[in-house]
Amino acid sequence: MARLTLDQKLAILSDAAKYDASCASSGGQRRDSRDGKGLGSTTGSGICHAYAPDGRCISLLKILMTNFCIYDCAYCVNRVSSNVERARFSPEEVVTLTLEFYRRNYIEGLFLSSGIIRSPDETMGDMVRIARMLRTEHRFRGYIHLKTIPDATPELIEQAGLYADRLSVNVELPTDRAVQSYAPEKSPDQIRRAMADVRLKREARKERSFTGKRPARFAPAGQSTQMIVGADGADDATILRTSTRLYSSYRLKRVYYSAFSPIPDSSAALPLIKPPLMREHRLYQADWLLRFYGFGVEEIAASTAGGLLDLEVDPKLAWALANRHLFPVDVNRAERETLLRVPGLGTKTVGRILATRGHRTLRYEDLRRMGANLKQAKTFITLLDWRPRALGDAADLRARFAPPPEQLQLI
Amino acid sequence: MRCVVLPEIGTFEGWRDEARALLAEGVPPEEVLWQRGAGEADLFAGAPAAAPTPGGGAVTVPRGFVDLARLAVCHADPERFARLYALLWALGRDRRLLEDRADPLVDRLERMAKEVRRDRHKMTAFVRFRELGDAEAGRRRFAAWFEPSHHILELTAPFFVRRFGDMDWSILTPDLSAHFEAGTLRFGAAAARPDLPEDAAEDLWRTYFRNIFNPARVKLKAMQAEMPKKYWRNMPETALIPEMVASAQARAREMAAAAPMVAPLRAERIGERLRAARVPEPGDDLAAGLAACRRCPLWENATQPVPGEGPLNAPLMIVGEQPGDLEDLEGRPFVGPAGQLFDEVAARAGLDRARAYVTNAVKHFKFAARGKRRIHQSPTQGEIQHCRWWLDLERAQVKPRLILAMGATALDSLTGDRRGLLTRRGGVEQTAEGTPVLVTVHPSYLLRLPAIERAAAEAAFEADLRRAAEILGK
Repeated sequence: MARLTLDQKLAILSDAAKYDASCASSGGQRRDSRDGKGLGSTTGSGICHAYAPDGRCISLLKILMTNFCIYDCAYCVNRVSSNVERARFSPEEVVTLTLEFYRRNYIEGLFLSSGIIRSPDETMGDMVRIARMLRTEHRFRGYIHLKTIPDATPELIEQAGLYADRLSVNVELPTDRAVQSYAPEKSPDQIRRAMADVRLKREARKERSFTGKRPARFAPAGQSTQMIVGADGADDATILRTSTRLYSSYRLKRVYYSAFSPIPDSSAALPLIKPPLMREHRLYQADWLLRFYGFGVEEIAASTAGGLLDLEVDPKLAWALANRHLFPVDVNRAERETLLRVPGLGTKTVGRILATRGHRTLRYEDLRRMGANLKQAKTFITLLDWRPRALGDAADLRARFAPPPEQLQLI
Repeated sequence: MRCVVLPEIGTFEGWRDEARALLAEGVPPEEVLWQRGAGEADLFAGAPAAAPTPGGGAVTVPRGFVDLARLAVCHADPERFARLYALLWALGRDRRLLEDRADPLVDRLERMAKEVRRDRHKMTAFVRFRELGDAEAGRRRFAAWFEPSHHILELTAPFFVRRFGDMDWSILTPDLSAHFEAGTLRFGAAAARPDLPEDAAEDLWRTYFRNIFNPARVKLKAMQAEMPKKYWRNMPETALIPEMVASAQARAREMAAAAPMVAPLRAERIGERLRAARVPEPGDDLAAGLAACRRCPLWENATQPVPGEGPLNAPLMIVGEQPGDLEDLEGRPFVGPAGQLFDEVAARAGLDRARAYVTNAVKHFKFAARGKRRIHQSPTQGEIQHCRWWLDLERAQVKPRLILAMGATALDSLTGDRRGLLTRRGGVEQTAEGTPVLVTVHPSYLLRLPAIERAAAEAAFEADLRRAAEILGK
């Protein structure tokens, strides 16, 4: 085999990494290089330096250290039984690419993942070495996200967390049963324990020692995970219940949902489908409702049809349509929790409503200026000068919001 | 009518000083014309220039106004200065005006600020440096050409200072230019589009951009909403987009149409080696069996079962209810707050936990998820019954002389009756097989008590533990 150039390796190993949805560079410790002795900064909110035509943000150099892998996960392009071209970066190559891209302001940092070669510990050890080179030899102060390998020894994870801003372990599929059937070498139990371990390490390092000193922080930007949507038969309610469990158990910063998408040289075990992008979008919306709008997972599950989120209207609207008896809401009187449940009012708008309400009674135009989506909200609210027409029955009401049915064509 | 000309560098400070002075003088907003630099708006060339304004007194403004002004001043709208001054003027009469997001003037300025903020953010994202000169030099040198929509260079340059502290750089824009050399930032006049040398890293970057794109999911609108076309000209990767989009459908179709290929030969070999290397987990059968337990559905939400811990010939077995949040994460019993309280009281009572076998009636953590927290839920009768199988196994292994049952769940599991815990506590009962069971409360019960009742309850708990120590000491 001819030796691959850096450019060829980059092509193979970024292609292999694109099925990881996460590219976030947010959260964590603020650092900068004002002192002139290093490179990079983290701002807390993250920056997307480019967008690919798939609409996804490119914030980090997201690559695999190698796409050789001894595991055989049916959904994965890099599984041992796939015929994709293989490549492997040397640690120096990863470091150089990261630094040179960073200096030109292409990226916020590195998201390093890897296929499992030889053994989990050796693979994780190499990844930690790259992070250490960046941080100590090159004084890199940008963002580092490491994908941890659940079976690696705790000592390696400990080191990974000291160099990286974020760690992640992918649960891959929403149920243990699905993981067992599509990723036979992975152990759902091990994945849970790995996430538990990261949470414990983070919390242990948050406490000051008895001298009042603060220890070096462990994965200051927290941990995240990813689930593939649409590969197994799990419905949205099941997926959201799993997310709720993960958020509460392991204090995850994010659960990413990745619509199962065709891969080159797919496995016979998983039929290729058009990626369910709208479903993925609805899951993210529901996830937001769970985390920032005070919704419970069972409330959302109850407003789905057979466990699947409505693809035509967003989950908040779907919930409101299923709970019409709670509306309209008086914007000038309702509490924060109630306002957050009105379709078309987001957390920002609700904050503004509450701030302004102290001054005066709100009118319809006020809400428009505050950034409310009145096309949705107007049906569900009353204001000093606004009263919606009767909410009517469910089908009627839904028809007002759902896109018009598509005309079928005769061929 | 007065005409105030603000400097192009230091525009905000200029505006602030002038506004302060005008306010001190009591000049109403409608009598001031503002302009930035000589060139921006010559509309009012005829108006007399303002006399150098004497330094006005300090004006106190609500929090938030300065932040708003700092941003809005950078907007391209020629009316920004006048609107800001009008708001400053209005704030003199209504100090809470800024909180009214629906006020038209506040709203207009907030929108301006938002646009500036966005432009600034996009600048931090889309500036692309090219290397000038020698990559081996001690301090490397880079430059970029950028065309923002608003006058944001002064506002945004500090971001690049914090980020690229160890290199020299220049950012040139049609409005101003910024230069960072040897750790010092300075601003200069507007620049013409420079001819920057080719940079080899751009080819690698384009390779990355092309390959990180998933052709099976084209979402052009999402891309353009976040990366508007006006920025594309100065980004090396964007020239690839038309071709990437054009070929995406065909690439996705090809992937879907391709029949699964025969796996490479090494796959079988590696799989076999992997299966052969899988040695069964070390440890006793009980832990392994417990890990695979599906007798009730509690395993689904828990991290792991928590088996008992302690010497297998321990004279004392301590049985609690179920693992809590921390126990679930660590996989060890009684390490959370209740466990710590138990250890404290046990030490006082002369009971050595290390010599006891500590376990729970139910081995998985049962909880309800509430946001980022897990709220403990009591196990049901059925769950206790299912899990008794494991407790019985542990009892058979350890054969303790005494069992300490803490709380109703443990009592239920051991004696089959959970009623009247508080009247039964302190007493010694028996399991069906005849092992003595000393009844007491669960330490988490103590943690939930109000402070005034806590001391007495803790003393009673300590007395129970002391009793256990006495029984064993006999």
